[in-house]
Amino acid sequence: MKRRFALSSVAALLAAIMVWAVGGAVLGTSGSEPLQVEITIHYSHYEPAAFRVPAGRPVAIVLRNTDPIDHEWIVGDAALHARHRTGTEPYHASRPTEVTIPALSTITTVVTFASPGSLQYICHLPGHEAYGMVGTVTITP
Amino acid sequence: MRRSTKAHRLALAATSALVAVFMLAGPTLACAGLIGPNGAVNLLRTTTFAGYHDGVEHYVTAFKFAGGGGKFGSIVPLPGIPSDVVRGGDWTLQRLVRETRKQLLFEADLRAAPAASGAEVLLQTRIDALDITILRGGGADVGKWATDHGFRLPPDSPEVLDFYAQRSPIFMAASFDADAAKARGQSIGDGTPVHFTIPTENPWVPLRILGLGKTPGATVEADVFLLTDHRPALLPRPGLVPGLQLAHSDAASDSLLADLRSDKGMGWVPSSAWLTQIAIDADADRLTFDLAVDASGKDTPSMVAAGFVSPRPPAPATPPADLSRIGLALVVFAIGAAFVLGLMATRPAGARPA
Repeated sequence: MKRRFALSSVAALLAAIMVWAVGGAVLGTSGSEPLQVEITIHYSHYEPAAFRVPAGRPVAIVLRNTDPIDHEWIVGDAALHARHRTGTEPYHASRPTEVTIPALSTITTVVTFASPGSLQYICHLPGHEAYGMVGTVTITP
Repeated sequence: MRRSTKAHRLALAATSALVAVFMLAGPTLACAGLIGPNGAVNLLRTTTFAGYHDGVEHYVTAFKFAGGGGKFGSIVPLPGIPSDVVRGGDWTLQRLVRETRKQLLFEADLRAAPAASGAEVLLQTRIDALDITILRGGGADVGKWATDHGFRLPPDSPEVLDFYAQRSPIFMAASFDADAAKARGQSIGDGTPVHFTIPTENPWVPLRILGLGKTPGATVEADVFLLTDHRPALLPRPGLVPGLQLAHSDAASDSLLADLRSDKGMGWVPSSAWLTQIAIDADADRLTFDLAVDASGKDTPSMVAAGFVSPRPPAPATPPADLSRIGLALVVFAIGAAFVLGLMATRPAGARPA
């Protein structure tokens, strides 16, 4: 029994080390460190297109646009995205959940997701959503 | 249905549309629904001809005045640096259409029935209401230059520009001022032909750019005219890939060559040549290649020129993982694995798993 516990512990430790080595989307997961998520925008796609964060903690989202065109990162529920699909707001800078990332630039925004659930992040520039600029953030309890 | 599509294409006057056109931004417009219900950026049809003789490609395209106001822009990848960019002749494109239309009508009777700041400006010129800039740079360089100069590029443009820049870093950016065209007295449908003289080993025809900005399910319709010394070898071979058909392939008639030669800037047309017309009617998302042309008679069109093989690997989308971190992890993993094996090896005799 003791041996099986030791084997399981070592296996779990090894798995954690490999995950750390490859690099996850969410960094600094210890309680004291601020959470950070890095999203690269390349060829008009988000990389990663999904990540998980805990509810109620500030998360620094680093958005790195490697494309020579502007993009957006707008996160929210279906109603918010429906509004943006027909919206006319040319530039997003006033809300942390709605960000314009100019061509070849990096923007960091800090978001606290209040409650558990799932939200989409989408670029609402013409044609970008249809081209696949959609991602999902899962907020865990 | 297909015949009527062809007839429609001809009625639209010719069609070798090798130019993807974007609207030039006035005020920057964001959020969906401002261009079209599906977010598509409209493309303007143009007529293009690629002739190749004595190591020089002669590329003639026309920008048509479609009425209205504002500005339109386009970006076209080129196989090399043009040695000259001038106003094209007046009837070359129309004459080519007439030549191949005759053939098509005959067939129809028988059947009864598509830089960052690093971009270097190599050349700038104005032809009628058209501002032309020849650029050299990577895909990001040219894309950044275009956005900085008011071009509103569609979402597939970063990948497509990289696709071309890997093979030739030369691009032509054209800005068509419809207001200036109107002021010049140009009527709707009037075209401004532009003639590029491009020294190059072998011509290739950009096809993938035709699908730029098109939404999934959209089709690309175009005709490409080639005039070469010999019957060209093409890759991909029309007829063997969906959406590409060999519409005309024959020795150019003496009357055609004489008519072309008599047009402005077309004195290079040889006394004998081969005329090829490729009709394109393809799904935009499947048009991921170009047309490689071997006009040397060696029958070896380039896989790279066709876009089937990349001349160099694409840049990584994300920064590589920290190698030192991976190395450390592998060492720890090896020690852990040895520890586990050691535990298993020291299992007491007769012990059974729980």
